Amino acid sequence: MDLITPSLGLIFWQLVFFLLLVFVLGKYAWRPILSSLSEREKSIEDAIELAKKTRNEMAQLKADNDKAKADALIERDAILKQARQTAEKMIATAKNEAAQEAKAEVEKARKAFREEQAAAVAKLKNETAKIAVEIAEKVLRRELADKNSQEALVNDWMQDAKLN
Amino acid sequence: MSRNRSYKALAISILTLVFSVFSSSATFAQHEHESHAEATHTHGEAEEFNPGQTILHHVADEHQWHLATIGESHMAIPLPVMLYTPTRGFNVYSSSEFYHGSGEHDGFTLHHEHFTSEDGSTVYDFSITKNVASLIISVILLIVIFFTVRNAYAKRQGKAPKGIQSAMEPFVIFIRDEVAKNYIGEKHYRRFLPYLLTVFFFIWINNMLGLLPGAANVTGNIAVTLTLAILTFIIVNFNGRKTYWTHIFAMPGVPKWMLIVMTPVEIVGMMMKPFSLMVRLFANVTAGHIILLSLLSLIFIFKSAALSVIVGPFTVFMTMIELLVAVLQAYIFTVLTASYIGAAVEEHHHDDHH
Repeated sequence: MDLITPSLGLIFWQLVFFLLLVFVLGKYAWRPILSSLSEREKSIEDAIELAKKTRNEMAQLKADNDKAKADALIERDAILKQARQTAEKMIATAKNEAAQEAKAEVEKARKAFREEQAAAVAKLKNETAKIAVEIAEKVLRRELADKNSQEALVNDWMQDAKLN
Repeated sequence: MSRNRSYKALAISILTLVFSVFSSSATFAQHEHESHAEATHTHGEAEEFNPGQTILHHVADEHQWHLATIGESHMAIPLPVMLYTPTRGFNVYSSSEFYHGSGEHDGFTLHHEHFTSEDGSTVYDFSITKNVASLIISVILLIVIFFTVRNAYAKRQGKAPKGIQSAMEPFVIFIRDEVAKNYIGEKHYRRFLPYLLTVFFFIWINNMLGLLPGAANVTGNIAVTLTLAILTFIIVNFNGRKTYWTHIFAMPGVPKWMLIVMTPVEIVGMMMKPFSLMVRLFANVTAGHIILLSLLSLIFIFKSAALSVIVGPFTVFMTMIELLVAVLQAYIFTVLTASYIGAAVEEHHHDDHH
C-alpha cells in the first residue's frame, strides 16, 4: 500500500521544483531556444527561396544568352552569305568587264592590223604597178629602138589578136 | 463569459477536492496495512531473503540514500529530515539519527519510512527524501543541459547544431511540431510549449536516472505523477473554452433529460484523464523496476550464481526495453497532456456533428 500512497512531502517538493523548472527553463532556455530555432528555420526558408529565385534568374539569363547566341549565329550566317554573294557578283562583274575589255582590245588590234594590211597591200600594189610600168617602159624603149623589132612586135600582137 | 468563469472555478474546486479525498483515503488504507506489516518487518540481513519486501523497498522512497549493505555495515548517504508538527513547529535532523537502533530521536520515531510523534500530534513530513534528492539532481541536470543548449544557440546563431545541441534539437522540434502544434493547434500551442517541453524532458530524464543502479524511483512514485497530473488538470481546466465546458455540462444535441446521466459521466471522464495520466506513468515505471528486480532476485531465491548467466543477459535486454519505455512514457504523458489541452482550447466549430 506504501507504493500507491502519495506522500505530502514529495508532492510539495515535486510541485516546488517542477514549477521552478518550468519557470527557469521556460524563461532562460525554451524561449531563446525556440526563437533561435524559428529564426534559423526562417533564414533557411529564405535561403531556399533565394536560391530558387536565383536559379530561375540564372535559367532566364542562360536562355537569353542562348537566344542571343543563336541570333548572332543566324546573323553571322546571313552576313557571310551576303558577303559571298557580293564577292561572287563582284568577281562576275570583273570577269565580264575583263572579257569585254579583252574583246575590245582584240577587236582594236584586229582593226589596226587590217588597216595596216590594207595599207601594205595598197602600197605593194602601187609599187608593183610602178615597177611594171617602169619595166614595160624600159622594155618598150629597147624593143622600139629598131625597125624589125617594131614589126615583129606588131606581128606578135597581131597573132595574139587573131588567136583571140 | 463571467458565468463561464464561475462554472470553471466551481468545477476546479470540486475536482481538487475529489483528488485530495482520493489521496487521503489512500493514506488511511496504507496506515491500516502498515500495522499488519509491522510484525514481520526486520532490519537484519541474516534473515531469509524476502524478494517481495526487497523489491518494494527498492521501488519505494526512503529518508536516506541507501547505496549498499556490505556485511553488517550500511553504506548510505544521510539526508535532511524536516518535520512539522502543530505543537512543535519545524524541526530539522539528519536522517542518520533515525536509522540507528529503534529509529527514535528527539521525540520522533521513524518506522517504515513514516514519522510518528511521541506527543501523538500529526507529523507533516517535508524531508528531503531520496526521491526529493534525486528530483533536485534531475532539475539541476536539466538546467545545466538546456542552458548549455541555449548558449550553443546563442553562440552558433543561424548555424547547424552541434554536440548536445544537435542531440536535443530533434526532441524539441518534435515536441513543438508533432505534439504541441499538432494537438493544440497553430493558434494556441505557443503558450503551452514551456510546460510540455519541461514535462517531457523531466519525465524522460527521471525515468532514465531511475534505471541507474542505486538510483531513486522518482517517476515511479505516485506523489510525483499525481503532482504532474494535477498540473495538467489545472492547465486544461483553466484554459477550457466555451466548447469544452458545454460538452461537459450541456452536451449539445443531447435531450435535456439525458444530461442528468451525461453530465456526471462527463465529469468523471474529465477526472479520469489526469487520473489515467498519473496511474499510467507510475505503473509503467514501477512495473519496469519490479521486473528488473524480480529477475535479479531469482539469483538470490535459488541461491545460485550460475543462474546469473541467464538472468544477466535477460536483465540487460529488459533494461534496454526500459530505456525505450523511459522515452515512450515521457512522450505519452506529453502527447496526452497536449491533446487534453487541445480539446480544452478548441473553438466552437463542429456543432454540425451533434
